Amino acid sequence: MALLEIVDISKGFAATAAVDRVSLAVEEGEFFALLGPSGCGKTTLLRLIAGFETPDRGRILIDGVEINAVPPYARPVNMMFQSYALFPHLDVAGNVAFGLKQEGMERRRRAARVAEMLALVQMSDYARRRPHELSGGQKQRVALARALARMPKLLLLDEPLAALDRKLREETRLELKGIQERLGTTFLVVTHDQEEALGMASRVAVMNRGTLVQTGTPADIYERPNSRFVADFVGAVNLFEGEPVIADGASCLAVAGVEQPVPLPAANAPAPVALAVRPEKLLLSRQPPPGLALAARVQSIDYQGGQSTVHLQTPAGRKLRAQLANAAAQGLARGDAVWASWSPDDAVVLTR
Amino acid sequence: MIGLGRWGRRALIGLPFLWLAVFFLLPLLFVAAISFAESADSIPPFKPLVSATAAGLQSNATLANYRELAQGCLCAYANSLGNAALATLLCLVIGYPIALAIARAPGVWRHLLMFMVMLPFWTSFLIRVYAWIALLQPSGLINRLLIASGLIGAPLPLLYNGFSVELGLVYSYLPFMILPLYGSLARLDLSLVEAAADLGAPPWRAFLGVVLPLTLPGIAAGALLVFIPAVGEFVIPDLLGGPDTLMIGKLLWQEFFDNVDWPAASAVAMALVAAVVLPLLAAQRLLARTGAA
Repeated sequence: MALLEIVDISKGFAATAAVDRVSLAVEEGEFFALLGPSGCGKTTLLRLIAGFETPDRGRILIDGVEINAVPPYARPVNMMFQSYALFPHLDVAGNVAFGLKQEGMERRRRAARVAEMLALVQMSDYARRRPHELSGGQKQRVALARALARMPKLLLLDEPLAALDRKLREETRLELKGIQERLGTTFLVVTHDQEEALGMASRVAVMNRGTLVQTGTPADIYERPNSRFVADFVGAVNLFEGEPVIADGASCLAVAGVEQPVPLPAANAPAPVALAVRPEKLLLSRQPPPGLALAARVQSIDYQGGQSTVHLQTPAGRKLRAQLANAAAQGLARGDAVWASWSPDDAVVLTR
Repeated sequence: MIGLGRWGRRALIGLPFLWLAVFFLLPLLFVAAISFAESADSIPPFKPLVSATAAGLQSNATLANYRELAQGCLCAYANSLGNAALATLLCLVIGYPIALAIARAPGVWRHLLMFMVMLPFWTSFLIRVYAWIALLQPSGLINRLLIASGLIGAPLPLLYNGFSVELGLVYSYLPFMILPLYGSLARLDLSLVEAAADLGAPPWRAFLGVVLPLTLPGIAAGALLVFIPAVGEFVIPDLLGGPDTLMIGKLLWQEFFDNVDWPAASAVAMALVAAVVLPLLAAQRLLARTGAA
């Protein structure tokens, strides 16, 4: 039995459906990410689980027990707010102890738990500080400690890293994952950042316009997107849209702007509408390679330190992007004529 | 402050200080000085504090006015402070839910409700207090309705007593409580209330643990705005009070206008200032403490 089960849930605000018939199951111990662009309904879904919104239809179950009618303060879940929502009139220890006081935990045990939680997030030296005396990263840690203090079965995290700067975000991501593994608590995190979702989560659900588009492991989502939306939203992609045709006895895709038909990796693909190739799967060479290759010119090279993104254009005006290790990009310059190709296994057929 | 220069900045800050010194501090010092003078049948009706005699300058300062005050009716002070404290408490108890409801109301309603709170100010204060006489008197609307409904047989004594004074105070000063309370409640981050609920606090505990402490500055401001004028209130006890409701404002009026005893009236006024400054300082300490949070 799944720890959290969402069955056919809907929630609308003023005629627009924020969450539209979503079903989802999260297993115990999972690090589950809800990924989607802003306004896709992922935060509403989180607030439905926390109990701050009531669903128009559908059921929410935790450990098989329906909690639709249970008020937020009686649900076995805790939430880490995007704004952290630390109580400004309480110090760090007071914030972490707040939930324990509500439980009526005895004073000495409470103090011990607070100390344990602050040690977990490495904030033991700041117990007497007020929230306004903390940096963004420190506030984030306190918010995490406060939400974990009651040892919830399920921790909801609303954009936990959004307010941090890039370097801190990467560090915190690793820490968050480490804490989750150590405690074994089920984490359900909402994020609009695909890198964050793929890097932290054991399973990802991609949402768009209130519906669940694809659920799977990060590798599933990235390597085998099931729709153009997922392919495009999760990572960069070269999308070839076109008409299926038969050329030389093989099923191909006639793509506008590409002279040769593009062979489809699976011969019996059901009426494909697009072919997706990740930029790092695109191979560039000076000499035409055997098999399909697109002639293109280098438009610009975007140097990113560890790697470079090469923007290309075919003679017919089709734009491509390739992600290369710097060594491979070094020989290239703007205006160079190259051949772009890919291994058939690296292309994904998208039917929607 | 850009482009003002050092002197411009000083002038900008100095002007209000000058205003306060000339029109507030100086008159207060006059009143303080007069409170140490002896009453006299002259114009102005008191002896100068210092007079020149053959033996040189002679001080006429006396503590007699304060002594008289201390021996006489401290009850007026107790009455005033008690009435004002009760009015403040009642305004808080009545005003808090109103302010909370307005702060949580949807946008358009919020403005409309705030407008309704301010609406009484558009009518003269005096007329509004007089209106209560018409409502509260034995043949007034309230008594007539109560008799007609069969709840009571004879009219209740609603007017010219402690009850009507308290009612008048609460009615008149309620908006001054609601406004600062609304201000701090509207500023309150709702996600804090949600966080409290999420951490297991039922609504009443979230209120006591989060909402109330975070609106303390509003409570303190509202309490001061009600308490200070209520202590010195003259019109309400004069119009709605009975012969036995003695309040400082009334006492002051009697000493100044009826008895033409300026020094005694000044002593009453100075004692009133002292009675008001103490809670003010206490409230300011509280504000400074929570304001740092």
